Amino acid sequence: MARIDLDLAHSYLSDPKQDSDYALLPLQMSFADGGAYALLGPSGCGKTTLLNIISGLVRPSHGAVRFDGADVTARSPQQRNIAQVFQFPVVYDTMTVADNLAFPLRNRGVPPERIKTRVGRIAEMLELSGQLNQRAAHLAADAKQKISLGRGLVREDVSAVLFDEPLTVIDPHLKWQLRRKLKQIHHELKLTLIYVTHDQVEALTFAEQVVVMTRGRAVQIGTAAELFERPHHMFVGHFIGSPGMNFLPARWWDGVVETAGHTLRVAPALGEVLRAAGEFTLGVRPEYVRLADASAEGALMAEVTQVQDIGTYWLLTARVGETLLRVRLSPASAAPQVGAKVWLEVLGPHTCCYDRDQQLIATGSESAAGGASG
Amino acid sequence: MKPINQKAWWLVLPVFICVAFSAVLPLMTVVNYSVQDIISPDRRVFVGTEWFAAVMRDEELHSALWRQLSFSLAVLAVEIPLGIALALSMPARGWQASLVLVLVALSLLIPWNVVGTIWQIYGRADIGLLGAALAWLGVDYSYTGDATHAWITVLAMDVWHWTPLVALLCYAGLRSIPDAYYQAARIDGARRFAVFRYIQLPKLRGVLMIAVLLRFMDSFMIYTEPFVLTGGGPGNATTFLSQYLTQKAVGQFDLGPAAAFSLIYFLIILLLCFILYNWMQRVGTADREGAGHE
Repeated sequence: MARIDLDLAHSYLSDPKQDSDYALLPLQMSFADGGAYALLGPSGCGKTTLLNIISGLVRPSHGAVRFDGADVTARSPQQRNIAQVFQFPVVYDTMTVADNLAFPLRNRGVPPERIKTRVGRIAEMLELSGQLNQRAAHLAADAKQKISLGRGLVREDVSAVLFDEPLTVIDPHLKWQLRRKLKQIHHELKLTLIYVTHDQVEALTFAEQVVVMTRGRAVQIGTAAELFERPHHMFVGHFIGSPGMNFLPARWWDGVVETAGHTLRVAPALGEVLRAAGEFTLGVRPEYVRLADASAEGALMAEVTQVQDIGTYWLLTARVGETLLRVRLSPASAAPQVGAKVWLEVLGPHTCCYDRDQQLIATGSESAAGGASG
Repeated sequence: MKPINQKAWWLVLPVFICVAFSAVLPLMTVVNYSVQDIISPDRRVFVGTEWFAAVMRDEELHSALWRQLSFSLAVLAVEIPLGIALALSMPARGWQASLVLVLVALSLLIPWNVVGTIWQIYGRADIGLLGAALAWLGVDYSYTGDATHAWITVLAMDVWHWTPLVALLCYAGLRSIPDAYYQAARIDGARRFAVFRYIQLPKLRGVLMIAVLLRFMDSFMIYTEPFVLTGGGPGNATTFLSQYLTQKAVGQFDLGPAAAFSLIYFLIILLLCFILYNWMQRVGTADREGAGHE
């Protein structure tokens, strides 16, 4: 087990010139010993590259990887003592389940009695004990993925276990079981786990800390609550949540906020920050948009364009000026009809303000200028 | 009762006709010859299994069969490992891969009798590169005079001609293994040989089966190259089954025994391929049943 520090950038090209040539833009990041982390982002955001750099399958073109302070940039995965589970289950077809689990230990010359106890323990933990003597080739995908996982866990001294979208090929109901299994293993073994996924539910339920990535950049690291309440970057607001955050272009004009033809009053502290910004974007989650009385102070007039029954809530889509806003309403409330005029209150303690670089400058509850760097 | 629709027969009729003319009728002609003694088109005698019995007792045939079997096994023993090794050492991507593929495939494009001619010249002690080089090294090499030399030369020629086929098949098989397997092996700390033994070889099982069957059938029917190179000599040292058959049918015009032997030849190939196929099917999956009983 080890603390992992990254300070690096990576390009697959030999002579990168602009930002888009980089798979990973310069980043600094630390993974604490024994933590559960998720790297979350859309396809092609660089999360798998980052994972492969941590494991040592890919060598970063710039910078260094440190395990417990020691520079391991040039070391192989084997020397780093990393375990990695891939998107598609990898099993050694000709071996039995037990031999598969024993393989990493045999390659390292562990004595046979020790191998036997370790394999027995891991198989029990993963509920594979009954299948130890079966050939791995003929098992179902979830059992195969458990074997891949088991080969990662079977070594006691492993620095970290990395997962590259490990549940992609698993059936939904088994996904849930395996995810719970992973949490349990993390709890029992206190290993450092780093989990790559594009599924926010998976990331937010699995990890203590989630790293949100886009276009080669880690835009925010935080807990599920932080990512939800204070997205440091508009991308995080948009990517986390279902549906994502609403954004309204706005500007500071003569002591008030002007957006979509309405003027809104804000607290003086927030006003200071917004005045400095000039033009900015208001971000508000669908959960925090409220219906208000007609012509109420600080409410925006909107026209309802769509009403969907999502089961546990109503999802309202309404047009404010040029912008479409999504609103989550509780099933108990009477949902307006399509075409109706409604008044929506968007300013509140949970409203976020973003500058032209899409960075958070303030929230409705406080002035957040100091802590807004991603 | 189910209604029976006899019209469906019309749909399979074209296939019946095709197969009849392309396979069944020619084969039945051979069967026809194998059970009759045909002296002239008007004078024929039904002889039953007499030709078969005669062919089975033929000493020359026995030795040709053993020669053939040992040759085919030698071909497999050399070409399969060599082909795998070649495929493993070929570059995986880039222009080097394309270049190497073309170079490797080159010998497969040469007509059989040209291959024979190439080797005939190549092995000559006076002007051939191989023959002259061996003579210079002090080896008294002569594929026309020495039975062992002739046999080895024919084998070398076949290896030169056909190993690329095995290599190309294996190369295709290797390219289809996902990268994740190699990455997992690195993470598991597997050494080069373990990667070969537990990842590459099992994944090559399918293409290797095709390679073994193709090379076995093909080498068992080898005719043109040794015919051009050695003409079956010296003595009978490189007279394989096909050539023996040709001598009987065309050289001596013994159509009866030749037809009987043709059928036996056909059945031998069929039988051996069946055995090989089943054996190879089991090699990869045998311990499944074994493990099931534990």
